[in-house]
Amino acid sequence: MSRLKPQDEYEKTGAFHFFRWLSGSKDPYLGEVELRPQKRVETPVDTILDRMDEQQMIREKVYDVSHNRKLAVFHRVYVVAAILFCIALVGILLYTVSWLPRTGNPSNPDNNIVSQRYIERGLQETGAVNIVSGMILTYRAFDTFGETNVLFIATCCVMILLMLDEAILKKLDAGSGDRHFEPKNDQILQGTAFVLCPIIFIFGIYIILNGHISPGGGFSGGAILGAGLILYASAFGFGKTRRFFDEHIYKIAKITALCMYGIIGSYFYITGANGIENHIPLGQPGHILSGGIILPIDICVGLEVACTMYAFYALFRRGGL
Amino acid sequence: MDFVQNFPAVSILLCLFAGIISSGLKKNAARWVNRILLVTELVLNGCTLAWVAARGESCVYVMGKFPAPWGNEIRIGVLEALMALFFCVIMLLSLEGGVKKLADEVEEGKTFLYYVLCNLLLSSLLALVYTNDLFTAYVFVEINTISACGLIMIRQNGRTIEAAARYMIMSLLGSGLLLMGICMLYDLTGHLLMSNIKAQVEVISGIKQYRIPLLVAIALMSVGLSIKSALFPFHAWLPDAYGYSTVSSAAILSSLVSKGYIFLLFKIIYRVIGFDIFASSRIIDILFLFGLMGMIFGSLSAIRENDIRRMIAFSSVAQIGYIYMGIGMGTQAGMTAAVFHILSHAATKSLLFIAAIGLTDVSDGSRQFIRLTGAAYRNKWAGAAFTMGSLSMVGVPLFAGFISKLMFAQAAVQNQVKMLPALIVLGISTILNAIYFMKTVIRIYTPYEDYPYERVTFRNIKLYAAALVCFIVLNVFLGVSSQPIVDLIDQGLAMFS
Repeated sequence: MSRLKPQDEYEKTGAFHFFRWLSGSKDPYLGEVELRPQKRVETPVDTILDRMDEQQMIREKVYDVSHNRKLAVFHRVYVVAAILFCIALVGILLYTVSWLPRTGNPSNPDNNIVSQRYIERGLQETGAVNIVSGMILTYRAFDTFGETNVLFIATCCVMILLMLDEAILKKLDAGSGDRHFEPKNDQILQGTAFVLCPIIFIFGIYIILNGHISPGGGFSGGAILGAGLILYASAFGFGKTRRFFDEHIYKIAKITALCMYGIIGSYFYITGANGIENHIPLGQPGHILSGGIILPIDICVGLEVACTMYAFYALFRRGGL
Repeated sequence: MDFVQNFPAVSILLCLFAGIISSGLKKNAARWVNRILLVTELVLNGCTLAWVAARGESCVYVMGKFPAPWGNEIRIGVLEALMALFFCVIMLLSLEGGVKKLADEVEEGKTFLYYVLCNLLLSSLLALVYTNDLFTAYVFVEINTISACGLIMIRQNGRTIEAAARYMIMSLLGSGLLLMGICMLYDLTGHLLMSNIKAQVEVISGIKQYRIPLLVAIALMSVGLSIKSALFPFHAWLPDAYGYSTVSSAAILSSLVSKGYIFLLFKIIYRVIGFDIFASSRIIDILFLFGLMGMIFGSLSAIRENDIRRMIAFSSVAQIGYIYMGIGMGTQAGMTAAVFHILSHAATKSLLFIAAIGLTDVSDGSRQFIRLTGAAYRNKWAGAAFTMGSLSMVGVPLFAGFISKLMFAQAAVQNQVKMLPALIVLGISTILNAIYFMKTVIRIYTPYEDYPYERVTFRNIKLYAAALVCFIVLNVFLGVSSQPIVDLIDQGLAMFS
């Protein structure tokens, strides 16, 4: 076979690179992916000694099991009591379960008018093909509002524990920051994220928007969106993420989502309780724009869950969004 | 349907909204949102109480278009409205009394989160009080647990973090047991709405096959809630959580959070299981026994304590013991006494916490008794308030504590089997209470010649003093005109069943 290209032109083509990689003569990633060797954090010797002293002291004075007879006995009794307690609880629960009604029996108490109406009239009353969505977001919308607030308050508590001051954050960002031990610009991760992130985002949005006509909904779709954000942040760093999702936008998104849910929910509860027509169209079951309050609430829940997931990651990783 | 009927639902939703909006506000704005919210809640719940007391019967409010077993529902009765009103008053006063300390102890950038937590905590308390659905109750128990953890650890030092971790573990164990109990009950009855469960429980209580699961479900729910409200053997989380958190948190935790769970237990006893079925089960004797033990051992631990905040915290263990003793008597009078003691203990314990912080502040921040000598002369308002609170706790007439002890004694006389232990332990516990509270009062009023610390003048502590005066007025009000409140409680308990 005759070569159509001269040697130096051929060396630029993908085929050359591929055959060279196949023959093992050159690793194409050499020099491209920067894997930083892990540096030890240098701690001054005296602080290490101090700390060791402290630990030694704690071990000797507080947990001195060999001399403190009382403590030794307490430790042993504590462990034994804990094990016995757990075994007793497990035993009681297992024994009780054997007395409960058998699963799947049609005459069980939980097969009653409640589930019957959910199944038989759910589609007609909520406009949702997905009965579970109809149940949690229309019949029992108040519970789900509470559940969404659980997520909200959990983020607040993590913020109390882990959020750092602006000044400290800036200092951290200026230095090597949190990525000290990690490979910078990992091409494998970045390449994968480049391909996967859009798909994950679209899939998450799909699940949120189709919560009322197929399995899924705000909670699961929001979790997927949050996972996509986390993948993006870990591949490209917080600098890139902060261009479209910083603390300001996080707050706006979170508060808007929860308030929208609250407003829609309150309107629904109060009109319903007072017997006023609520003018929320149920739509044609099976269409995207159907299901009454389910679709807007799903969107709000999805946003809130995504924000929560990402905020947890960012707070644990960096101490701020 | 009356317009007032919307108020409980609106008050729960308003709290949630206020919490959500506060998370985007700065410190002072969040504080004002919280104040306005609390005053609004006072008005709303006051109106509800007046309306439902005048109406004379309870009513249900459907949250949404769908009626009860399918949708969510809340229930408006006298006792619910009274509790909600009372919780709002205590929370308002506790926050106002501790606001100065809060500014010292909490990071500037995180203060707004404190108000977010408080708003959501109030929403969960109101929902626990008003709910007519077990699962709604569980959802708001979760909010309550998490926000209480946040309230403990917002003052960031080693002890509070440890206390919060301990509280979280114990409290989650309690939540887990409660959830298991609810699941079992659902499996047996097929309902989550309280009134439907009660109807079903009455049917199945006769069937032999379901006797054991029913008993275990009752036990799991009772034990879960008593872990969360720090009944005696499960109180290990309490002293650190109350003793080291910032003072408003301590007051709120001791007088609202644990009381919310106890109120939920009341609801479960009356509205879910049925009073007679609960009273005939063995669980009630165990609660009675634990209550008695708590009254003694809580007080003994308080006597041994050398730290004023932890001493007050251990006193809470004893007082929770009183409430469970009232429940454990299994009589209508015992229940009334227990509900009244929830009110009187909440009013007194928050007063004591707020007063104690004034005393430690003029003693260079030290909580050791030796440093507190003469503190009442340095901060006269706090000294007087602490004395009043102690008198109320010990059970001196004219104060709230006297009425609740009197009611416990009266209730004990009606129950022939449990009369003797209840009266004896009540007497012993009162003496022990007197020992450690009077010890403290004498200590703070002992003149101390050379004052190393500055005196506090009224001008510096206007808000604090106002909060203390309101607490004292509340205490004396409960003690002097107890009869209308007892009547309201009786009316409310009658509405429950």
